[in-house]
Amino acid sequence: MSRRVVITGMGVRAPGGSGTEEFWSLLAAGRTATRRISFFDPTPFRSQLAGECDFDAGAEGLTPREVRRMDRATQFAVVCARDAVSDSRLDFGALDPSRVGVSLGSAVAAATSLEREYLVLSDAGRQWEVDPGYLSPHMYDYLTPGKMPAEVAWTVGAEGPVALVSNGCTSGLDAVGNAVQLIADGTADVMLAGAADTPVTPVVVASFDAIKATTNRNDDPAHASRPFDASRNGFVLAEGAAVFVLEELERARARGATIYAEVSGYATRLNAYHMTGLKTDGREMAEAIRVALDQSRLNADAIDYVNAHGSGTVQNDRHETAAFKRALGDHAYRTPISSIKSMVGHSLGAIGSVEIAACALAMKHNVVPPTANLYRSDPECDLDYVPLTAREQRVDTVLTVGSGFGGFQSAMLLRRPEGVS
Amino acid sequence: MTTTVFTGLGVVAPNGAGTEEFWSATLEGRSGIADITAFDASGYPARQAGEVRGFDPAAHLPNRLLPQTDRSTRFALTAAELALADGGVDPGALVDYDMGVITANAFGGFEFTHREFAKLWSKGPQFVSVYESFAWFYAVNTGQISIRHQLRGPGKALVAEQAGGLDALGHARRALRRGEAKLVVTGGADSALDPWGWAAQWSGGRVAASGEYRPFDRTASGHVPGEGAAILVLEDADAARGRGVSRVYGELAGQASTFDPPPGSPRPPALRRAVELALAEAGTAPAEVDVVFADSAGLPALDRGEAEALREVFGAHGVPVTAPKALTGRLHSAGGPLDVVAALLSLRDGVIPPTANTDDVPEEYGIDLVRKAPREARLSTALVLARGTGGFNSAAVVRTYDH
Repeated sequence: MSRRVVITGMGVRAPGGSGTEEFWSLLAAGRTATRRISFFDPTPFRSQLAGECDFDAGAEGLTPREVRRMDRATQFAVVCARDAVSDSRLDFGALDPSRVGVSLGSAVAAATSLEREYLVLSDAGRQWEVDPGYLSPHMYDYLTPGKMPAEVAWTVGAEGPVALVSNGCTSGLDAVGNAVQLIADGTADVMLAGAADTPVTPVVVASFDAIKATTNRNDDPAHASRPFDASRNGFVLAEGAAVFVLEELERARARGATIYAEVSGYATRLNAYHMTGLKTDGREMAEAIRVALDQSRLNADAIDYVNAHGSGTVQNDRHETAAFKRALGDHAYRTPISSIKSMVGHSLGAIGSVEIAACALAMKHNVVPPTANLYRSDPECDLDYVPLTAREQRVDTVLTVGSGFGGFQSAMLLRRPEGVS
Repeated sequence: MTTTVFTGLGVVAPNGAGTEEFWSATLEGRSGIADITAFDASGYPARQAGEVRGFDPAAHLPNRLLPQTDRSTRFALTAAELALADGGVDPGALVDYDMGVITANAFGGFEFTHREFAKLWSKGPQFVSVYESFAWFYAVNTGQISIRHQLRGPGKALVAEQAGGLDALGHARRALRRGEAKLVVTGGADSALDPWGWAAQWSGGRVAASGEYRPFDRTASGHVPGEGAAILVLEDADAARGRGVSRVYGELAGQASTFDPPPGSPRPPALRRAVELALAEAGTAPAEVDVVFADSAGLPALDRGEAEALREVFGAHGVPVTAPKALTGRLHSAGGPLDVVAALLSLRDGVIPPTANTDDVPEEYGIDLVRKAPREARLSTALVLARGTGGFNSAAVVRTYDH
């Protein structure tokens, strides 16, 4: 009864390059794109590092009016959506708009624009009362970020379900999962789904400084994100985006689409434990993985590669290792596991979608991307995290997971549909 | 196919904290709209809001939650606790993965984050709260409700401006129908009555400078923003019966979301299609709908558009229409869920609450707007509509449920 859903187009913007090809080159080479923050003077902050995108809106094809009305994160989403549409070779003009929807993820959405406008309205923080005379006409869109999915809907003329899924750091996974569910249950035939976040702005840096969630390895920016390494001490904040064209499998086959992957399973669970803390047992993430496997009618040993959340905080990497062991049993020790956050940092609500792109590309190229900067494993992280160097191997089935503030634990299974090489 | 029923309601509204307080105020026409007391609004272009007055968070929340929560989250947690208590839900007696949390949010913890922005820029980064990283973001209410009540099922936070709250109920319904959960705590909460949040709300261009919110009136000149929360317990009917639930408020029979065509497009707006899809999902003919809780933007162009969609589906004057939100202001992500609460209580009591403030409905709208006084009627099915800036439309069908 439930329909099958496949990825037939993608667009990516991540630190270290522009576009899907450059993104994959970086991952396959195991290069890192984290650096000292250049968007503002980071000197007063504990963590002074980020994965920044060298994003040139004009060169990306955005008009001056689009640049004026869209927040930076929305610009990322729209550019990725256009790439995804082009990549899919799907003629959106020929679709019934009512059967096309949009599901985007973002954790902090217009944070960068909010901070810029705050500085104007408060006269650089001097006033608690703000001066309405200095309001930007776009202030409302920064207060509530509905414009992000709206702009993407307008790019393709979508008139079906349109929403932003804002599940914190699992938003990028959950927005795609949401889209898959809407196609599977027949609500839509085609979805633009993905995520964008551009949180490299002082208030976000300060908020993670306050709880020491980010690393302060400021003297070595390129090697600062160290998932699973014994010396890891926090994540590196980043920006990024990825948007996909998702469609129902038979429709994609009928039009001869190039299929990256089928999304065969997806689940999310709440840990009901702590807004930022994780229990060590990984129980809820393991449950999400178990459900995603069950939906896919696969055993754990079918998994060829696990894309880890791997944020590089001490607690996350142990929590996740425990979840893999709990959900996958002995196979957790045999399957390669890696974290691309070692290379592109952690773009909060966007990273889940950026990682789905990495998984789809791993399947396309039959290459497992490595975990960069992993020289000495934490004894409590004793699985195969593919240190430093990518690995050529058959990749037909991939598990990707996410974990975030609020207790969100999500898992998604991607596989190569039968008949697709 | 799974039937999804509402078994618990929780409300923190400007004209009543608590479901029955809100409902009696709504029937009696008591307004929650007045001059803002949260800050000195005299220098702002609009000065009236639907403010929740006299709300003492310490009376509703444990002390440890006070420093880490924005006002909107305090509303959400209070409403969620009321809803679970109302539904007689003992989370400890149910399987934790069977209970999910799906909420909508439009502003996040805005007043909280405004204070942290101020600390950062007036004093320095070391003064920013250890809670800022999660007190601000849109997922906060889903996470906090989950933690407080030990709900470990599917979780989601949606943003779709003022339509997100009804969307959340629809997502909860889907999760139950997919078998992912047996019970979902769902709804919305919002507040932004700090100076920056207030100015930002004004900047959206839909707020009435007059402080008068007159849905569908000829003189309508915008809405009045409000704050609050409406959280509901939506449950698989069999599961509810299994745990011995004796009172069901009604069924969420259908929900659909659509999006308007791009600005300037010759294509028609999509509100009518949302109505038709929600009715189709419910298996309900337009003639079976007894009352419509309208979105009621309070701007002539938007009111006319909604009236047109209703005329097209129900015929001119074909169904009673009402807008109790004229007494609360627009509660953003909580607005749709609060209207669902009002709709369920209308079904229960056989009475349609009136639309306050509206005197003169243009004849060409062709709507039967319930005004002045409550209208008694036999009611079994209600349609609830919500729209969001940018083009979001959401429609929900609720109806009475017989065990």
